[in-house]
Amino acid sequence: MHLRKLVWREMFERKNQLATSFLAILLGIAVVVSIKNITFYSEKAVAAQLDALGANVLVLPKSVSLQDYYSADMQNDEFPEEYVNRLALSDLQGLDNLSPKLSVPVKLKDRGFTLTGILPKSEFQAKAMWAGAGIFSRPAEGCGTVADVPGAFRPEAKEMLVRQRVIEDLTDTEALIGADVAAILGTKEGDRLDVLGRSFTVTAVLPQTGTVDDSRIFAHLHTVQELAGKGPVINAIEIVGCCKEISGGLVQKINKLLPDAKVVTVTQVVDTQVKTNGMMARLSLIFLGIIVLVGGASIANYMYANVFERRREIGTLMALGAGSAVILKMFLLKALLLGLAGGICGYILGTVLAVALGPRLAGIPVLPMPMLVLWAVGISVAIALAASYFPARRAARLDPCATLQEM
Amino acid sequence: MRLEAVSKSYSHRGRMVAALDDASLEITPGDFVAVVGPSGSGKSTLLLVLGGMLSPSAGQVFLNGRSLYDLSPNARADMRRKKIGFVFQTFNLVPYLTALENVQIPLFLAGLDEATQKQRATALLERVGLGDRLDHKPPELSIGEQQRVALARVLANDPEIILADEPTGNLDPETGQQILDLLAEMNREGRTVVMVTHDPRAAARAKRTLRLQAGRIMPTTN
Repeated sequence: MHLRKLVWREMFERKNQLATSFLAILLGIAVVVSIKNITFYSEKAVAAQLDALGANVLVLPKSVSLQDYYSADMQNDEFPEEYVNRLALSDLQGLDNLSPKLSVPVKLKDRGFTLTGILPKSEFQAKAMWAGAGIFSRPAEGCGTVADVPGAFRPEAKEMLVRQRVIEDLTDTEALIGADVAAILGTKEGDRLDVLGRSFTVTAVLPQTGTVDDSRIFAHLHTVQELAGKGPVINAIEIVGCCKEISGGLVQKINKLLPDAKVVTVTQVVDTQVKTNGMMARLSLIFLGIIVLVGGASIANYMYANVFERRREIGTLMALGAGSAVILKMFLLKALLLGLAGGICGYILGTVLAVALGPRLAGIPVLPMPMLVLWAVGISVAIALAASYFPARRAARLDPCATLQEM
Repeated sequence: MRLEAVSKSYSHRGRMVAALDDASLEITPGDFVAVVGPSGSGKSTLLLVLGGMLSPSAGQVFLNGRSLYDLSPNARADMRRKKIGFVFQTFNLVPYLTALENVQIPLFLAGLDEATQKQRATALLERVGLGDRLDHKPPELSIGEQQRVALARVLANDPEIILADEPTGNLDPETGQQILDLLAEMNREGRTVVMVTHDPRAAARAKRTLRLQAGRIMPTTN
C-alpha cells in the first residue's frame, strides 16, 4: 500500500462522479487545443496566400506611383543599389525577402520584351552574414515565411521567383524567361538566348502568370546594369514583409532608412491578416477563461462532495495515525492525476478534432502539434490543483471526532 | 494512562451539555477495562479523549507521563499511530480496499516498505482466521469477518493500548464471543484494552468495569 495506490483505487471506486469533472476538463482543453491548432495552420495558410500574392512592400523612386509600377514596371527614375545593402544590414524586424530590380527594354526578333536584373538572395544574405548583423542573421519568423511550415509545399526556384520575388542563386550567364517570351521565341530550358550582345543559358521557363512577368527575361542584376550601361542602380525593391511588423510601422521605419525613396504597401491584405490573427487569439483566450471557470468549478464541486462523502474514511485514517499532510497529499495527488489525464486526453481529442475539422471549417490541412501537449497538461494540472486546494485543505483540517459520528 | 479532572462540554441547540464531568482515572499497563453506562453518559467521549482525538474542555490526559493535549495535532497523530489502536462498532474499513490492503494502512502510515507491509498484514489476517480472505473487499465479507479484519488492522502497528467502541454491538452472540476472545488474547499479550459496551456479558470479560453516569465516573466494581 502506498499513497498512489490508495488514490488510484478510490478514483475508480467512484468513477461516475469523477467522470463529470474529467469530462469538463477534457472538453475544455480539447476545444482550446483544437482552436490553437487550427489557428496556427490557418495563420500559416493565410501567410502562404499572402506570400503567393508576391511582395507586399515596394520601394520605388519618389516620382513613381504604384499604378505606374504595376502597369509598366519600367521607369526612367532609378536609385542606388546601395539601398539594398542598407536594408539588408539594418536591424529592422519583419523583412522577409528583398528583391532589388532593374528593368530595361530589349528587342528580340522585332518584339519588345523587358530585361529585368535581379539579385540572388544568396549574395546579399552573405553580405549581411559577413557583417554579423542585419535581417538575415535572425531566424525568419515572418508571416511571409512558408518554408517553416511542417509538411508545407517547398517551392522550386522558378516558383520562388514568381511567388516570392527572389531566387537563391543565379550566375552571370544564366537567365529565366517568362512564358510569353518562351512561346514567341520558341525557346526551351537549356537553350541559349542572346540579349544585348550577351549569350545566356535559359535555366528555367517560368509558368504563365497573366502579368508583365510573362514578357520578362530575368538575368543577374549586375549583368543587366553592365549591359544597360547604367552603373550600380535599380528602379525597385520588392519586399515580402511580415504583416504584423508592417502594421506596427515597418513602412515608416524603411522610409526613415531610405528618405529619398517612396515606400508603399498592400495595407488591406495586411490588415485583414492581422485582424484574423487577433480574433483567433482572443477567441482562444475566451475559451481558456471558460475552462478555468467551468472546469475549475466542476473539479472544486466534485472535490468538496468527495471530501464530505469520505469524512468517515478520513476520520478513520486520522484515528489510525494519518497526519494532516497525508490527507492533504491524498486529495492533491488525486487532483494531479485528474489534471494529467484531462490534459493528455484533452490534447488527443483536440488534435483529432482539429485534424478532422480543420479542412472542413477553415479549408486548410491541419497537422498535430506535439508542443501543445505540454501546454494542455500544464493548464489542466494547474486548474485541477488550484480548484482542489481548498477542498483538500478542508479535508486535512477535519475534526476526526466529528467524522466518526457513531463514537 | 491517566485522566486528571477532565471535563468536556458541548453546545447543543444553544444549551451546554456536559459529556464528561470532572472525570479522573488511572489505567495501568496490561489492564482490561470495560466502560458501561446508559446512552449519552459520555462513554464514547471518554474513549475519544483517551485516544487523543478529542481535546477536553478542562483537565489533562497523560500517556506514558506526557500530557497528550499539550502535543501538536500532528504529534498526537504520530502518538496514535505508534501506541494506540481503535476498534469501531461499524469497523470503519475502507470499502474499496481488500482485507489485506486495509490491514496495510497503518503499516503504510508508519513508512514500511510494501513487501514488509504485505508480509505482516498477511500474518495478522491469518492470526484472526482470515488467511483465505486476503483479496476480499469488505462488502464481500460477513459482518464478523469485517470486525476481524478491523482487529487485524488494530494489531498492525503493535499498539500498547486498544480502545474499542462497542466492538460486539453489531455482531451476533457467537461472532461477538470470537471478537471478545481475540481482545482477551491481546490483553494477555500485555496490551491495555479499554472497551465501551452495553453488553453485560462483554463487560464480564474485562478485569474491571467503570460505570459512567451523566459524564461522571461512578465507583468501580470487579
